[in-house]
Amino acid sequence: MASLDTQPRSTRDAMGRRGIFDWMIRLARRQPLGFAGGIIVLLMVLMAVFADFLAPFDPEAADFTSMLVGPGSVSEMSGATFWLGTDQFGRDLFSRIIYGARTALTVGFTCAILGSTLGLLLGVASAYFGGLFDLIVQRIIDVFMAFPLIIMALAIVAIFGTGTDKVIIAITIPFVPRCARIVRSSALAIREMPYIDAARSIGYGHMRIIVRHIAPNVVAPFLIMLTAFLGEAILLEASLSYLGLGVQEPTPAWGLMLQGGAEEYAESAPWVPVFPGLAITIAVFGFNLFGDAVRDALDPKLRSQ
Amino acid sequence: MYTYIIKRLFMLFPTLFGAAILIFILLRLVPGDVCQLKFGGEGSYADPQQILDCQNRLGLTDPIYIQFLDYVAGFATFDFGVSMWTSQPVVHEIAIRFELSLQIAVMATLVSIIIALPLGILAAAKQNTWIDYTVRGFSIAGIAMPSFWLGILIILGLLIGSQAWFGRPWMPPITFISFFQDPLHNLSQLIWPALATGYRYSAVATRMTRSAMLDVLHEDYVRTARSKGLLEKVIINKHALKNAMLPVITIIGIEFAFLMGGLVVTEQVFNLNGLGKLFVSAVTQSDYTLTQALVMLVVAIFVFMNFLVDLMYAWLDPRIRYS
Repeated sequence: MASLDTQPRSTRDAMGRRGIFDWMIRLARRQPLGFAGGIIVLLMVLMAVFADFLAPFDPEAADFTSMLVGPGSVSEMSGATFWLGTDQFGRDLFSRIIYGARTALTVGFTCAILGSTLGLLLGVASAYFGGLFDLIVQRIIDVFMAFPLIIMALAIVAIFGTGTDKVIIAITIPFVPRCARIVRSSALAIREMPYIDAARSIGYGHMRIIVRHIAPNVVAPFLIMLTAFLGEAILLEASLSYLGLGVQEPTPAWGLMLQGGAEEYAESAPWVPVFPGLAITIAVFGFNLFGDAVRDALDPKLRSQ
Repeated sequence: MYTYIIKRLFMLFPTLFGAAILIFILLRLVPGDVCQLKFGGEGSYADPQQILDCQNRLGLTDPIYIQFLDYVAGFATFDFGVSMWTSQPVVHEIAIRFELSLQIAVMATLVSIIIALPLGILAAAKQNTWIDYTVRGFSIAGIAMPSFWLGILIILGLLIGSQAWFGRPWMPPITFISFFQDPLHNLSQLIWPALATGYRYSAVATRMTRSAMLDVLHEDYVRTARSKGLLEKVIINKHALKNAMLPVITIIGIEFAFLMGGLVVTEQVFNLNGLGKLFVSAVTQSDYTLTQALVMLVVAIFVFMNFLVDLMYAWLDPRIRYS
């Protein structure tokens, strides 16, 4: 994990392979849960990036000679094995789960990064300008926060329609006020610091002070929100897709794989509902563990616990 | 105190009004209206005159500010209009489903409290032991597991379990019968969704209980209690627990508020005809009146729960006095 890798490059090179290994062992001892989460996240990312090489089948290709066959069956057409069985269209679940990681991580990372960055800007601007601007922004945030996440996302999906790109918008928008609220409270304290006055007195513009002087000092809450959003976005995307209002067929997405067929075939082909759900759970579990470790590392108040 | 309550109550209105404006604007951005969907859906031929008549009847051809004034006036006088899709009064549509959703929300909250309090306290008391790690793993897994998947697993488990035990598959009943008419039938239907959502929400509450307990257990007065030789059980139950409950109550209160609107997915899995399902169909059918009323209901419950939680604070903790 590049973000955890705080050592300068030169010392690491000097220590060589052994050094990285030791460093990882130390990390695993100090933060066992976070380390496990980091490994899961890393595996998920690798799975998404190298999906083309890892998946034994085309995730969108139907094979009507092997519909709903169990895990471990062999395809009559290509002779390859369906490690996790097939769905009602004879599509390989294993390949669809691997490609599903791509969908989930694209949505997860885009929403988390976009949502928290916009939230950061809004929160810092709100704290920095204060006064009427702050008051209005905060009241608008109040309104947005009064909507449960899923309700807000559903309402936005209704406007923009379904599909991966629309889902990203629907999940990002409700994230922005949540991050802005947290960032603002940290930025309020920074605004009173003498160095901000100093920056202003030598004539720096608002934009420069916000971006260069305040924003870097509220990175801790920003990163905490960002990592917390990752798991939440994956879960929300799965929920929307499950309702049929998210990612659309034939794109492989975990939530979508649970839709429709899942309950119908629950008894005769339990692998259809079990494995995609397991993929969601493991992914979100990994991201949450990782996020918790980031929070523990960045939030000194929680560190002792 | 009373002036605070009144002031705080009045503060609720701007938020509600803002939410009303927001949902009004959002819905008007949706391409196509209910009439076009009703008559022209699925690519069938629709008589333009018929659509126009329908739009006229529902007031969709009025200028947007007239529609808005109508809508706000409606809320102010508690006249929520009729559903644009079914032509039934909105209040009726909501009322027949409210009991079901409310009951699941209450039961799920109870489930989450029953799971969260003992586990959270235990994890705090045995901090950094394997018990603590197991509880934390259990609760992080609860947050990670989508409640609809847990729902599918429960149904799957019921089917396979009943097949194995009784020789024939058993499924929870589909039709909703009020708890007061037939408690057994009612519970055998609703306990499963309550478990599925309750476990998920217990995860957040468990973590909150644990960290609140840890905070309190490090306080001076707990050290004093220990030094005078009190049993750890007494310290935890009598001295620490009461003070650790404040943040836990906040979390549970807010969770309950979210549950009222957040059951969308769970109701889908268990095929329950509740508010969440109504919301999804209202949104997909561009039923403005129904969607607006539902959103406002959820938002109002949420805002009001927050208000109640604030008051509970003052009531439970004599150190907090609002003025």
